[in-house]
Amino acid sequence: MPGLEDLYREIILDHYRSPRNRGELDTPPAVRAEGFNPLCGDEIVVYIDVDDNSIINDVAIGGQGCSISQSSASMMSAAIKGKTVSEARKLIGAFKGLMSIHEGELDGDAAESDRDHGPEADPDIRLGDLEALKGVVKFPVRIKCATLSWNTLAQALGEASPV
Amino acid sequence: MTDWAAVKKDFPLLRRQVHGTPIVYLDSSNTSQKPQSVIDAMSAYYETVNANVHRGSYEIAVKATEALEQVRAKVARFINAPATNEVVFTKNATEAMNLLARSWGGANLGPGDAVVISEMEHHANIVPWHMLAAEKGFELRWISVTADGHLDLSDLDQLLDGAKLLSITAMSNVLGTLNPVPRLAEAAHRHDALIAVDASQYVPHIATDVQAMGADFMVFTGHKMLGPMGIGGLWAHAEILESMPPFLGGGEMILQVTKEGFTTNEIPWKFEAGTPMVAEAVGLGAAIDYLENLGMDEVRRHEVELTGYAMRSLTERHGDKITIHGPSEPAERGGVLSFVYDDVHPHDVAQVLDQAGVCVRAGHHCAKPLLRTLGVPATSRASLYVYNDESDIDCLAESLDSASDIFSL
Ligand SMILES: Cc1ncc(COP(=O)(O)O)c(C=O)c1O
Repeated sequence: MPGLEDLYREIILDHYRSPRNRGELDTPPAVRAEGFNPLCGDEIVVYIDVDDNSIINDVAIGGQGCSISQSSASMMSAAIKGKTVSEARKLIGAFKGLMSIHEGELDGDAAESDRDHGPEADPDIRLGDLEALKGVVKFPVRIKCATLSWNTLAQALGEASPV
Repeated sequence: MTDWAAVKKDFPLLRRQVHGTPIVYLDSSNTSQKPQSVIDAMSAYYETVNANVHRGSYEIAVKATEALEQVRAKVARFINAPATNEVVFTKNATEAMNLLARSWGGANLGPGDAVVISEMEHHANIVPWHMLAAEKGFELRWISVTADGHLDLSDLDQLLDGAKLLSITAMSNVLGTLNPVPRLAEAAHRHDALIAVDASQYVPHIATDVQAMGADFMVFTGHKMLGPMGIGGLWAHAEILESMPPFLGGGEMILQVTKEGFTTNEIPWKFEAGTPMVAEAVGLGAAIDYLENLGMDEVRRHEVELTGYAMRSLTERHGDKITIHGPSEPAERGGVLSFVYDDVHPHDVAQVLDQAGVCVRAGHHCAKPLLRTLGVPATSRASLYVYNDESDIDCLAESLDSASDIFSL
């Protein structure tokens, strides 16, 4: 049985208590995207400022939510700042891969091999601190909390730099 | 004197453990647990009389039809409806509200008309009106909610002026507030409007009398009153039901079908298209028997006492850290305690409580407009019923300590 310590790791609580890159950016030049979790009412606002070289110069996070959605957003903001749009997209894939471990376990081999061949298997992607969120997959209802900011980032990237 | 410890033993699910500790179920506003007698009645139905209703002439088909219709009579008695054929079965309160909106609303509402609801409504009494208003072009007006969780009735006459319907909850599923339905009915009727009462949270807990309420429509849902999921209902005066067009079309709701058209069955079957939920009706009947055996006045007394105990013990143990929303006087509210704990997010509160086996709901409780008024994005909600006791409350109060431990800044 998973315990609370699997979920509420110290680094997660640290990002929750002192969120990084909290605030707003002027739009334009930045773009703004909003995400909602209709289940629990969490709301995330992601601002990104992408320069002509497709580098994410600045990022800011607004909104409110539980410790998991807030810390995930905070870690995400730290991880993508200074990265290129395409690196950020790979990171989204890698993070979603991390969050789908649970489905992989449920679905057996099929999902497992999906993961090996998906973009998230890219060996160059380092999740770093974000690995701490791995425990979330043991609490399936919280996966949506963890992925909320990432889905919102994907929207913002789509607007800033359409594929 | 009711033996409440024996009552708890009637609920098999409450004997199980979660995460290695006994379950403490405090989410009955969401759905109630079921006594053994309800579960047994439903099995017995399938084991002995299952057949489609209103269609067969053989023994068990007749018995199944009787079983369904007997529960209709039981429901009518339980809510003191003037007549049995005024009770329409639906799958839940939401469907009943949609039936009311689509059928009565569809026929009676148009540009220049208004429907009055309140800020403390469940989405089931908001969204059907939004949907219909978008189509029919009538106005949706809102009774606001005061800081202490009551309806603000200061401008009620203005709101009702020119309105055709007041649709209002008898008890808030977030705040526990009990609304003054008879007074609201009187006001609505003075303005020639009808009143629909969402009694989803009321019927399970308080003796219900639709006539004393002065209601024209009332909706309820079986799974919150010890019955199974999948059955609820709409009650309305026979003349109103007669005047309403059918809702869903199909078998059961017709008298005659030709290539040119159809004629509708009598009420209430006119509104019950297709094969009904007979086993669920039987389960609901057993749930009503169970509640009547306890006595609704006893049920209410137990819950007022326990609500008072919960409010006292939570504030004694947690002081300023806990904010309980809604009326402060236990006798003026239902056993629904929405609270915010320190600055710990309700989702995290619920997670920590779950680890101790305590089931509470976290979120917006399908009442987003109300939470916006209260100025909170979400709350945790503990709600009580016949099987809860002081030990459940103690467990809730103690388990909240770990929320402090984990999240304190
Ligand atoms: C006040 C109120 N109305 C309506 C409903 C909807 O009930 P159901 O989901 O059974 O249709 C609920 C259930 O949460 C409720 O609390």
